[in-house]
Amino acid sequence: MKLPAGPVMAALLIVFLLGLFLVVPVGTVFIGAFINADGTLTAGHFAAFFSQPLMQEAFFNSLYVALMSAFFASLIAVPLAYLTVRFAFKGALIIQTLGVLPLIMPPFVGAVALQLIFGRTGSINLLLDDWFDITIPVMEGLNGVIFVEALHYFPFILMNLTVALRNIDGAMEEAALNMGARGLRLFRRVIFPLALPGFVAGVALVFVKVFDDLGTPLVLGTTNMLAPQAYLRITQVGLEDPMGYVISVMMIGFSILALWLSARMLQGKDFSTIQKGGNSLQRRQLGPVQSILAYAWITLVLLLVLSPHIGVLLLSFASVWSFAPLPDGYTLAHYATVFEDSPGMITNTLLYCGMAAGIDVVLGTTIAYLMLRTRLSAMRWLDWIASAALAVPGIVLAIGYLRTFKGAAIPGTDIMLTSTWVLIMIAYAIRRLPYALRSCVASLQQIHSSLEEAAQSLGATRSRTIQRVVIPLMVGGMLAGFVTSFITAAVELSATMMLVTKESQAPMSYGIYLYMQSTSGRGPGAALGVLAVIAVAIGTFASHWLVARHSHSSQPSHSQTGSVK
Amino acid sequence: MKKVSVECRNICLSYGSTEVLKDINIRIEPGEFFALLGPSGSGKSTLLRLIAGFNQARQGQLLIDGTDFAHIPPWERNIGMVFQSYALWPHMNIWDNVAFGLVERRVARAQIKQRVEAALDLVGLSAFATRRPNQLSGGQQQRVALARTIVIEPQVLLLDEPLSNLDKNLRIQMRQELLSLQRRLGITTIFVTHDQEEAMTTADRMAILNHGVVQQIGTPTELYDFPGNHFVANFVGTMNNLQAQIRQVNAETITIGIGQSAPIQIKRENIGTIPTDALAQGSIVSAHCRPHHIKLEQRVPADSGARAWISGTVRSSEFLGEFTRYTVQTESQIVTADHPHRAGQSVWPEGSTVAVGIDVQQIRIMEASHD
Repeated sequence: MKLPAGPVMAALLIVFLLGLFLVVPVGTVFIGAFINADGTLTAGHFAAFFSQPLMQEAFFNSLYVALMSAFFASLIAVPLAYLTVRFAFKGALIIQTLGVLPLIMPPFVGAVALQLIFGRTGSINLLLDDWFDITIPVMEGLNGVIFVEALHYFPFILMNLTVALRNIDGAMEEAALNMGARGLRLFRRVIFPLALPGFVAGVALVFVKVFDDLGTPLVLGTTNMLAPQAYLRITQVGLEDPMGYVISVMMIGFSILALWLSARMLQGKDFSTIQKGGNSLQRRQLGPVQSILAYAWITLVLLLVLSPHIGVLLLSFASVWSFAPLPDGYTLAHYATVFEDSPGMITNTLLYCGMAAGIDVVLGTTIAYLMLRTRLSAMRWLDWIASAALAVPGIVLAIGYLRTFKGAAIPGTDIMLTSTWVLIMIAYAIRRLPYALRSCVASLQQIHSSLEEAAQSLGATRSRTIQRVVIPLMVGGMLAGFVTSFITAAVELSATMMLVTKESQAPMSYGIYLYMQSTSGRGPGAALGVLAVIAVAIGTFASHWLVARHSHSSQPSHSQTGSVK
Repeated sequence: MKKVSVECRNICLSYGSTEVLKDINIRIEPGEFFALLGPSGSGKSTLLRLIAGFNQARQGQLLIDGTDFAHIPPWERNIGMVFQSYALWPHMNIWDNVAFGLVERRVARAQIKQRVEAALDLVGLSAFATRRPNQLSGGQQQRVALARTIVIEPQVLLLDEPLSNLDKNLRIQMRQELLSLQRRLGITTIFVTHDQEEAMTTADRMAILNHGVVQQIGTPTELYDFPGNHFVANFVGTMNNLQAQIRQVNAETITIGIGQSAPIQIKRENIGTIPTDALAQGSIVSAHCRPHHIKLEQRVPADSGARAWISGTVRSSEFLGEFTRYTVQTESQIVTADHPHRAGQSVWPEGSTVAVGIDVQQIRIMEASHD
């Protein structure tokens, strides 16, 4: 078929954008890691990296923290997922709500609160010391980072594992029961292996996120890890220091490795083993003892998970809070400070994230359409590249931007590109593109192409068909993509920290970080954090409501979900 | 409205290296109800989608009313298509679904109202205009899909297995409605189906496809009575494919024998496609005969009539109401025979010995099949 000009133009534009703002900057980082000052190729920077004790330590610390976080996150998530899928019990709804928590508050905000609660002089340890003369060092050094990250990111495992467990055919379990497997053996030999791809996908995501997180270690004062080292190198030694690039390459390497491993595990393993007419795992009633255990576990997890949120809330109202289990007094002064100091930050967040999410939806829809509805075979590659942004840590992308666009002015002006907020916004858009893209692709896949062909045979041109049939049917998915992009961009810190040049450009996430640097700033920082959570929560609920309303009214009619030759 | 012809000339189409359509030549007359019949994977839907403009031929021409349509995009063809899945847009109500094509054609609002009402009235769904597609039953959705297509007054109407998602009684009812609608509107209609009964009952003419090749084109009776090859013979109705030996070749007739039967005279007009060198004494040919032209008796009657008799043993039977279908093992091969049923008549049990009488007038011979 002859390709019409429109799709080709759109494809070229996307190639240009992704090339300029993703491939080239990341390429620049790689070049920086492998090239000497005189431009010759070298592996010497890597040798230098491993010969420095501090770098070695940072390398192993990062690996250790990421693995341990994934391990502890699994400890929390696996029982919760199993509970919701296996048993008919009311706590399931609470567990579902836990899933959105990491999206609405960045981990470093919680880190400060967790220090006040679990730190050496935090509430818990003060009480334990008082009563039993013991203290628990959960917030010391790397432990603190692991604790914060595991608490924050376990929902990724929970959500993926729940979906995988839900899709297991009940007949699989019945067959195993029939063969005599039961209890823990049944779980270990049949149920968990079947859900393994979902579990691995969740673990890989946690690993990547933790590896990438810059805010938490910095707030906790742990700098002997890779992300903080890259940040310190670039900000203190300068853009010319090859060590920053070496660290960046390693971070990308680990991200890709983790995602590749999980993709390999998923390959050829269809999540949903449910056969036509089959049922999922049978739900059972909990016995009285089991009920008590289940609710006790959920309560404990919930308390732990909500402790950063509760802590931040308390902190935002606390006049003084140190060396005491609870604040000494309460005040609204911090909120007043925030509204006085930094209304600009709130507008900045709305502006950057709104624009970035808008760009993501447009790009995502276009890529999805080109990939699924035209015969531009190269689009698979584009999809792959856009999704690869998931493996690029924010700090690496930011370093790439600083190096690539160094000295570049905005066309027609003297303003340096690197000194404007445009790059921050673009970094958000590129990093969150995979979320919007997946959401758009999924919603377009659900639209049977005969719906479009029917429109075309009735006289609608390609663009009119998109306008009248494709877009209206995709709206739910596009909206979901917009919201995911928006709220995850709103809590983004690692790229922001590198790219903000003036305080007037700073979004809320950076503002919170700045406040949190000083003891006196903690109150206003927490207040700003609470405001951010409220804003994000309102957005999330609004979008859920919109999506639910939309999908309710346009369920495909039953014949269309039926057989298609 | 002007009735148009549709003509496929030497159309070839392939997906990658798989040839899906091979040298298709079909001419569909103006106003004709034409069926494309074939098993799944035969390329019939591909051909239909090619006419609609969703597939492009690698070579060959598609002429509609004499004009080459190859490079006209689907939206400019004015060819209506009813999809197998109906493809009703779930985000629009019934009224908007039906009005869609008229809106695209920038028809004045008053006229849209009038035409949509007329179309919904035609399919008997005026009361459902504000419903959503998922609130309708399968048969109603089918009618909406039809109304949506005919409201634009297409020059050609394409139906892709339109009845396959309906249950049997509804299918028969819709089949009749479809036919009477087509007769009233007079639109050239092309209908894809894998159900031979559906094709035979509705189509003026039909084309049988297999493996992307047109096997035969003709009216239902032509194809049923004079199948051009084994595939058509076996796909349209049920056919006995009996091995026979040529005993004598004359100018006017050929004499064959089936097993130990008496000599059977076959007229020249009942000789199908056979290469001349296979028409020699002693060579093996296929004798085709429909099950209802084979009579079963307890023993060979005194007056053998115009039948050739061989003996056999009942292997199995299927009671179908109007008749009982027997599978009979004769000396060398299996014969299927339909025995008319009358009230109170008993069925021959398995193992009974019967005389099998083949109506000599109804035998057609063909080149021996290789399968």
